[in-house]
Amino acid sequence: MIHSLFLINNAGDLFLEKHWKSVISRSICDYFFEAREKAVEPDNVPPVIRSPHHYLINIYREKIFFVSVIQTEVPPLFVIEFLHRVAETFQDYFGECSETTIKDNVVIVYELLEEMLDNGFPLATESNILKELIRPPTILRSMVNTITGSSNVGETLPTGQLSSIPWRRAGVKYTNNEAYFDVVEEIDAILDKSGTTVFAEIQGVIDACVKLSGMPDLSLSFMNPRLLDDVSFHPCVRYKRWESERVISFIPPDGNFQLMSYHISAQNLVAIPIYVKQNISFFETGSSGRLDITVGPKQTMGKTVECLVVTVHMPKVVLSANLNATQGTYNYDPVTKILLWDIGKLNPQKLPNLKGSLSLQSGAPKPEESPSLNIDLKIQQLAISGLKVNRLDMYGEKYKPFKGVKYVTKAGKFQVRT
Amino acid sequence: MQKLLQLPVNAVNIVKGVQGVTQGQEEALSPVLTPDSGPQNWYSAVQPEELRHLRSGGTEDRSALEEGLNSVQTQPLRHDDLKEMLDSNKDSLKLEAMKRIVAMIARGKNASDLFPAVVKNVACKNIEVKKLVYVYLVRYAEEQQDLALLSISTFQRGLKDPNQLIRASALRVLSSIRVTIIVPIMMLAIKEAASDMSPYVRKTAAHAIPKLHSLDPEQKDQLIEVIEKLLADKTTLVAGSVVMAFEEVCPDRIDLIHKNYRKLCNLLIDVEEWGQVVIINMLTRYARTQFLNPNINESLLEENSEKAFYASDDEEEEDKKAEPATLAKRKPYVMDPDHRLLLRNTKPLLQSRNAAVVMAVAQLYFHLAPKAEVGIIAKALVRLMRSHSEVQYVVLQNVATMSIKRRGMFEPYLKSFYIRSTDPTQIKVLKLEVLTNLANETNISTILREFQTYIKSMDKDFVAASIQAIGRCATNIGEVRDTCLNGLVQLLSNRDELVVAESVVVIKKLLQMQPEQHSDIIKHMAKLIDNIQVPMARASILWLIGEYCEHVPKIAPDVLRKMAKSFTNEEDIVKLQIINLAAKLYLTNSKQSKLLTQYVLNLAKYDQNYDIRDRARFIRQLIVPTDKSGALSKYAKKLFLALKPAPVLESPFKDRDHFQLGSLSHLLNAKAAGYQELPNWPESAPDPSVRNVEIPDWSKCSSRKDRKEKKVEKPFYSDSEGESGPTESADSESDSGSGSASASGSDESGSGSESEESGEETESDEEEEDEEEEKKKRKKLDKTKAKKQCIINFDQFDMNKITSVFSQTLAPSGSIKMYELLHRIKGEGLAVEYCFSRQPFSPEPNMVAVQIQFTNNTNSETKNLHIEDPRLQSGMRIREFAEIDVLAAGESVTVVMGIDFCDSTQAANFQLCTHTRKFFVSIQPPVGELMTPAFLTENDFKKEQGKLMGMNEILEKLTLGEKCVNEHVIVERVTATANLSRVPCGSDKECRFAGKTVSSGCLVLVTVTTKEGGGAQLTVNCEKMLIGTMLVKDILQALSQ
Repeated sequence: MIHSLFLINNAGDLFLEKHWKSVISRSICDYFFEAREKAVEPDNVPPVIRSPHHYLINIYREKIFFVSVIQTEVPPLFVIEFLHRVAETFQDYFGECSETTIKDNVVIVYELLEEMLDNGFPLATESNILKELIRPPTILRSMVNTITGSSNVGETLPTGQLSSIPWRRAGVKYTNNEAYFDVVEEIDAILDKSGTTVFAEIQGVIDACVKLSGMPDLSLSFMNPRLLDDVSFHPCVRYKRWESERVISFIPPDGNFQLMSYHISAQNLVAIPIYVKQNISFFETGSSGRLDITVGPKQTMGKTVECLVVTVHMPKVVLSANLNATQGTYNYDPVTKILLWDIGKLNPQKLPNLKGSLSLQSGAPKPEESPSLNIDLKIQQLAISGLKVNRLDMYGEKYKPFKGVKYVTKAGKFQVRT
Repeated sequence: MQKLLQLPVNAVNIVKGVQGVTQGQEEALSPVLTPDSGPQNWYSAVQPEELRHLRSGGTEDRSALEEGLNSVQTQPLRHDDLKEMLDSNKDSLKLEAMKRIVAMIARGKNASDLFPAVVKNVACKNIEVKKLVYVYLVRYAEEQQDLALLSISTFQRGLKDPNQLIRASALRVLSSIRVTIIVPIMMLAIKEAASDMSPYVRKTAAHAIPKLHSLDPEQKDQLIEVIEKLLADKTTLVAGSVVMAFEEVCPDRIDLIHKNYRKLCNLLIDVEEWGQVVIINMLTRYARTQFLNPNINESLLEENSEKAFYASDDEEEEDKKAEPATLAKRKPYVMDPDHRLLLRNTKPLLQSRNAAVVMAVAQLYFHLAPKAEVGIIAKALVRLMRSHSEVQYVVLQNVATMSIKRRGMFEPYLKSFYIRSTDPTQIKVLKLEVLTNLANETNISTILREFQTYIKSMDKDFVAASIQAIGRCATNIGEVRDTCLNGLVQLLSNRDELVVAESVVVIKKLLQMQPEQHSDIIKHMAKLIDNIQVPMARASILWLIGEYCEHVPKIAPDVLRKMAKSFTNEEDIVKLQIINLAAKLYLTNSKQSKLLTQYVLNLAKYDQNYDIRDRARFIRQLIVPTDKSGALSKYAKKLFLALKPAPVLESPFKDRDHFQLGSLSHLLNAKAAGYQELPNWPESAPDPSVRNVEIPDWSKCSSRKDRKEKKVEKPFYSDSEGESGPTESADSESDSGSGSASASGSDESGSGSESEESGEETESDEEEEDEEEEKKKRKKLDKTKAKKQCIINFDQFDMNKITSVFSQTLAPSGSIKMYELLHRIKGEGLAVEYCFSRQPFSPEPNMVAVQIQFTNNTNSETKNLHIEDPRLQSGMRIREFAEIDVLAAGESVTVVMGIDFCDSTQAANFQLCTHTRKFFVSIQPPVGELMTPAFLTENDFKKEQGKLMGMNEILEKLTLGEKCVNEHVIVERVTATANLSRVPCGSDKECRFAGKTVSSGCLVLVTVTTKEGGGAQLTVNCEKMLIGTMLVKDILQALSQ
C-alpha cells in the first residue's frame, strides 16, 4: 500500500520524508516536480502521477503537498482520504497544519505517522486512540516532561483499539459535562447574469464538541428530519436507528468531531439570502472599463447578513481599478488580478455599492471573457434550510449535561456569473 | 549539562565513547549468549557471525579511533555528542538524543553511523526512547543487517510479554526489520501471534504477513496457512487486516473465502473504515466468480438500444450473436441469497464519511447489482463531489465511466456537474466530460446554454475542451447539429486563436457528416487560412477544402496557390495536407492546378522530413500517368476521393469499465502492478453450498445480539472478544470455559441438529476448528449473560425463579452429549434426558449442574413433576429443581438441578414423580464432568505440575487415532471428554489442560505430548488418584478412536 510519504512546501522544498517499507530515494519526487511545473497552479497538479515503477498520489493542503509513493494497485481514494486524515490529525494536534508546526514537532509527527500506518496499511487513525498513544503537546506538559523526564507516549494499549467503539476512549472524566452542536450550512449556488438561480444546494454539517464523562449514549432528533436528503455519518452513528426512526443515536467520541454531513438539493427549498446587481463592461476603445456592483438582501429570514465579501477574478488585461465603495473597503491585486471588496454587515436601509472605472493594458484588445463574482457571507443563528434540532437525550449516565445548539449559515461556492 | 556535552570533544572523550560502544554491544548481546533465555534454535546459526562482527566491529572502531585522532582538526566528528548522550544513563539525555536523530531521519539526513549506539538502547525502560529506537531500527536495519541482529532477542522477549501492546509492537518491529536471516524467526512469531488471545496482537500478525511475504516469497505456502486461520477470526479488528494480507499474498485463492463469506458480509459494518474498503473490493471480485449476472435477462433488450448510441459495429454484432444464445437458455433469474446479503449489507456504507468506502460500495453496486438498484449510488457519489478537489477528481473519473454505461442514473443530478470558474482546470474538464455523456434530446438545450457560458471563460484550455464537448454533443444528437454548427462558426470570429483553431477542428468533423449543405461554411473557412496559425487548424481547413473541392471549385485552386507560396515554412502536418490538397485538385481540376501540383511535389521531394518526401514520391507515381506507373493510377480518383465515413467522436472513458471502478488501473486506464482483473460473470453459478458453515450463522446470532443490546446500552456487538480489554489473556478465557455451550439455547437447537453426531464424524478439520472456535465464543457470550442474570437474581429471588430463568435461556444443545434418564416407553410417554451443561451451578458452586429435559409424549398433561426420596452416598447432596406444575401434551421443558457428587463417580439415585407415578432413576456422572476449568499460565502450570509428581502423576503411552491428525482435534477430543480448559503452551507438540474438581477444588492437570508417527504420551497430574486414573482411561479412549 503506501510506501513512503514526502512533504513538500509550495516552494518545492522537501522537508519531511517517512518510509514504511524499504527506503525510496527522494529523487522519485522529480516526477512530481515535473508535473507541478506543468500545472502552473498548485491545485491543477494531477492527484495521481505515474513514473515507470511507482505511482505518486498527492494532495495539496495548507500550502503543503503530501506526496505518497505507491507501488501496486490500490484504490486512489483510499490513499487520498488517508492523506487528508493525516493532515487533519496534524491540525488536531498542533492547532494548525503548516510547515512550521510540522518542523517544530517533527518527533511527534514521526511518532504519529509510525502509529497511523503499519507496512503502509492504516492502523490507527481515530484521533481518540492516537491521543492515548501519543499525547498532544501542550506547554504545561512539555515543561513537566523536561523536568520529570516523563514522556508523551502511552504505555498501554488504548482501550479504544480493542473495543467495538474504537472512537471513544474509556475513563473520560469532566467536572463540567457539556455537549455543543454547531449546525453549519453552506449555500452552493450559481446565479446567472439576470440573477436567476441556475443551480443551488445546501451542504450542511453538524460539528460537535462533546465533553461528557463516562460512556454517554446520546440521541439527537430533528423537528424536520425529512429535509435531509442525503446524509453521511461519523462511524459512531447507528445507521439502523436513522433508517427506521430518523433519530441520530450515537456514543460520541471525546472532544471535537464531525457528527454528520448532509445535502439538501431540491432547488426550490434553497433560499438565496442576497441578490447582486452587477455591471462590468469594457469599452471597445480607450482601454478602460466600468464596474458597478450593488448587493442587497433577499431571503434572510429576518437575520442580518455579516462578513459579506465579494471577490472578482478580473481578466488578465486589467491593470488597475479606480473605484468607490459606499461601504467597506476594496483592494485590487494587479498580480493575481483579484478584486476583493470587503463589505462587512449588510445594511438593508443603505445598500452597499462599488462603482468606478477599470483601466486596461493599452493596446490590448477588449477582453471577451466575463469575470464571475464569488460571494462570501455569514448569517448567525440561522440554518437556511430551516433544519431544527428538536432534542438531545442522554442515556447511560446519571449526571445532567449542559447542552447547546448553534446555527450558522455561510456561503459555500456561491458564484454570480456576468 | 547538555551544553557541556555538545562541546567539541577531546581525545579522551573519544576513547571513552568507543569503549562505551563496545561494552554496550556486549551488554546487548548477553541475553542471547546466556543459554537459558529465549529459544535456541536460531542461536547457533547466528552466533559465529555475531562474534565475528563483534571482533571486526571492535577493530574497526579502533582504527576509526586512530583515524579520528589523526584528523581531529580536519574532520569534525559530527555525532559524538549524540553518541555520548545515548551512552549516558539518564533517560532524559537519551530521549533528547533520539529526538535529534529522528529529526535527522525525517529530514532525510543520513544517521546510519549511529547504529551501534542506538541499537543498544533497544531494551531501554523509557517507553518513548524505546519507540524512537524502533523508528530508527526499522529505518536502518536493512542497511546494517549484522548489527540489527543484536536487537532481535529483545523482541523475542517482547513477544512473550504479558502486556499485549508490547507483544504487538515487538512483532511489528520484528517483522518490519527487513533482514532475511531472521525469516524463520519471523515466521514462528507470526504463527504464534496468529493464535494469540489478544485480537490486537492477531491484527498485528495479519499485518506482518505481507511484510514477510515481500521479504521472502518462498514462505508463501506457510503464510497462506496463517491467513486461512486468521480469516476464520471472528473479530472485526482482525478482519480488515487479514483480507489485506490475503489480497497481497494470495488474491487468487478465492476458495479460502467461501467459508468466511457470510461472516465477512455480516461483520462489515463494524470493521474500521480502511478494512471496509479492502473487504468490499475483494468481495466484489469474489461475487463476480460465484454468482450469476443479475442483469442477464433484462439487460439485452434494454441495453442494446442504449448501446447502439455509442457502440461501434462489431460490438453490436457480438451482441447479436450473444442474444440468441442467451435467449435460448433464458431462465427466470433468481438471485443467490448470498449475493443479496452482500448488496444489503454494503448499502448503509454509502453513508460513510470516508470517501474511499463510499466509492468502494459504489463500484460494488455498479459491478454487481441489478440494474434497477444501481441508481442509489448516484446520490452518494454526487455528495462526494463536495469534498476536497483530489477526491472530486477521482470521483469524477469514475462517474464519467459510469455515465456512459448508465446514463439515466446521473441525469437527475445534471446540475451538480455545472462548472464554476473557481474549479481547477482538471476538474472542469472532467465535469465537461460527464455533462457531455449525460446529454440527450431532452436536456441538450440546457446543456448547450451552459456550454455557451463556458466558452467565455478565462481558462483557455477549458474553453478548448468546451468546444470539443459541443462537437461531441452535435455528433451524438442529430437535432442540434445545425445549431451547434452555427454556434461554432460564430466562434471562428473570436479573437483568441486557440478558440478559433479548436472550432475549426471540430467543425471539420461535423461537416464531414453532411458536407453538401455547408459550402458557405467551407468558403468561410477558406478565408481563415490567412489568419490562423495553429497547425492543426490549418491542416483541418486544407483537408476540408481538398475533400470537398467540388463544392468550392473556384476557391480551392486559389488556396493551393497561396499554400504553395508558403509551403517551406509550414509545419509537417500542414505540408502533408497541402500535398493531399494538390493531389485531389489535380484529379478533379487538372487544368487549373497541374503546374501548381508539380511545383508542390517538387518542393516536397527535397523536404527535410522523409515522411513528406515519401508521400510526394508516392503521390506523384499515382496521379501523374507515366509508362511505368502501373494499374493503380487508373484508380487514383477512387483512392483519393472515396467517400470517407464520418468520424465518431467518442468519450475517452468509453469501455474503461473493464477495469474495476475505483481502482488505480481504472484511473490511469492502464493495468497497474498487482491489479487483479475483475472476472466475467460465470455462465452457470458454482455450487453455492461451499459457503455453508455448519454453525448457527450470524443472522441467527443477531437475534441474541439484539437481546443483549437491550440490556447493556452499547452499540455494535459483532465483536464480543473485543470486550476482554487490556487485562485480557487468562481472565477472558476463564469466562469461556466455565460457561457451557448448552447455554446457547434455542439458537443452536435449530441449526445445530445438522452438526450433531453424523456431522461431527465427517467434518473436515477446518470445519471442526471453526466450530470449536465458534462454540468457545458462544460459551463466552452466554456465560457473561448468564452471570449477569445470576448476579441480578441470586440475592432477591428464590430457587424457583432461578431455575425458571435458566430454563428459559438454557435449552439442550446438540453438541453436548445427552444421556437418557427415563425412556419414553418405560416412562409411559414421559421421556427424560439429561446432560451436563458445564455451567457453574450458581446457587452452590461446588455442585455439578445437570440439565434435565422433560418431554411429554402423551396426549394428556403431566402434572407436578418433582423429585422425591433421593438415595445418596454419604456426603453427596442434591439440589432439586423446582416442581413443574404442568407439562402440556407434546411439550418439553428444561430445568437445571445441582448435584454434589463429592468428586466420585457414584450415581445419584432418586425418584422422579409425576402426579400419577413415580420412577426410580439414577444419574451417574462421567469423570470428566466432575471438574470445572481452571485457568493457569504456562508457568503456573509447570509449577503446579511440579508439586503433583510421583504418586499423583499418571503416565500413559498411546497411539493416536486416525482422525487425531492435529492439535485442534486433540484439543477438541480432550475438552469434549473432560471439562477442562486449555493452557497456553509454547510448543506445538504439547497440549496442556487444566481444571479443578467441582466439590473439593483439587487441581487436575493434563498434558498430551505428540510424537512422530502418531504416537503420544498422556500425563495426568491430580491429587485424587482415583479421578486421575479414571480420567486417563477416558481420555485414552477418546484420543485413540
